[in-house]
Amino acid sequence: MKKSYIVVIATILLVGVFVGAAVVYQQQQVSESKAISSQFAARLAPEYAATMGDPNARVTIVEFFDPACETCKVFHPLVKQILNEYPGQVRLVMRYAPLHTGSDYVVSLLEAAKQQGKFWETLEAAYDSQSKWAAHGNPQPKRLWMLLEDVNLDWKKAQDAMQSPAVLENVRRDIADHRQMGISKTPTFFVNGKPLVQFGYEPLRSLVEAQVREAY
Amino acid sequence: MNEPSTAIGGSPSDSTIEQAAEKVQLGWVLVFACWLIATVALLGSLFFSEIMNLQPCVLCWYQRIFMYPLVVIFLFGLFPLDLGVIRYALPLAVIGWGFAVFHYLVYTGYIPESIQPCTQGGVSCSEINLELLGFMTIPMMSILSFSAIIVLLIVVRKRCFQ
Repeated sequence: MKKSYIVVIATILLVGVFVGAAVVYQQQQVSESKAISSQFAARLAPEYAATMGDPNARVTIVEFFDPACETCKVFHPLVKQILNEYPGQVRLVMRYAPLHTGSDYVVSLLEAAKQQGKFWETLEAAYDSQSKWAAHGNPQPKRLWMLLEDVNLDWKKAQDAMQSPAVLENVRRDIADHRQMGISKTPTFFVNGKPLVQFGYEPLRSLVEAQVREAY
Repeated sequence: MNEPSTAIGGSPSDSTIEQAAEKVQLGWVLVFACWLIATVALLGSLFFSEIMNLQPCVLCWYQRIFMYPLVVIFLFGLFPLDLGVIRYALPLAVIGWGFAVFHYLVYTGYIPESIQPCTQGGVSCSEINLELLGFMTIPMMSILSFSAIIVLLIVVRKRCFQ
């Protein structure tokens, strides 16, 4: 019947326009994020940021993370796995993007722990106990202190350091950078300045693989 | 098919049969237009939320609740044409229109949005995050869609029913 053809054709047309517009929009977003990351390339991995792996590695993964973010927690062991796959060739740089309420407190705690050389231990402990201090709607970041028993942190020193200008300045710079770059989701990854366009473990792995092949 | 009959008693003349057929034709086209508007609204709103990642606020969700079913209702009202569809579609469209107008007033600031604590993923209904052509906001498009559907349905009821 003719009328049903009209409806079918209209549906195909509308869905076609939708898909076409989606493809065009996403391509624009990709080229935009590439432009932004090349603009910020020099600032992506600053000296002060916590680093894992060989400092002379030619491939650098930059991760903007939030200690209260569940996906960051899930990705942390996966990123370490990637580092282990390329010993000496890939390093990881962690930058703060405290998007959740209460995360800013934990981020300065991490920065203070870094001064005592305990950044990674504290981060792991914070991820492990995430559900206890980072409940959505009622985050209690100060409870994290009680959950850091296994990390031999000098509490007094860390609490003083959290107020120190050095800690506040590093945190402030990370926050300023992620805001200027328009990073609104965590984790956000860059590998040698290239943004991870499609989010996921496999895309991240293949991006790292491509960069390693290029650099070595 | 339940065509509205224009003849009362006796056998209908050729001209009245013709008139009835015309009314059915007009009714189909108008309901089809309603379906088109609802479908464009469906795809458009999905484009904003899923492709552009603009999170829908609560009022947007209420409007979606009253717009999305129209796509299905109109489609089934077209095959075969059932003008009874007006009876079910019009209330949905009017309520959706009400939410759209309310949203527009919140948007433009005539109605203040009550201050609420920030929540994870909470989106303000008064924050303007899109303006097409420099003036066309999302609530405005919503009002236009609901209004067009309401007008078309009223025309169908006036023109195609005895």
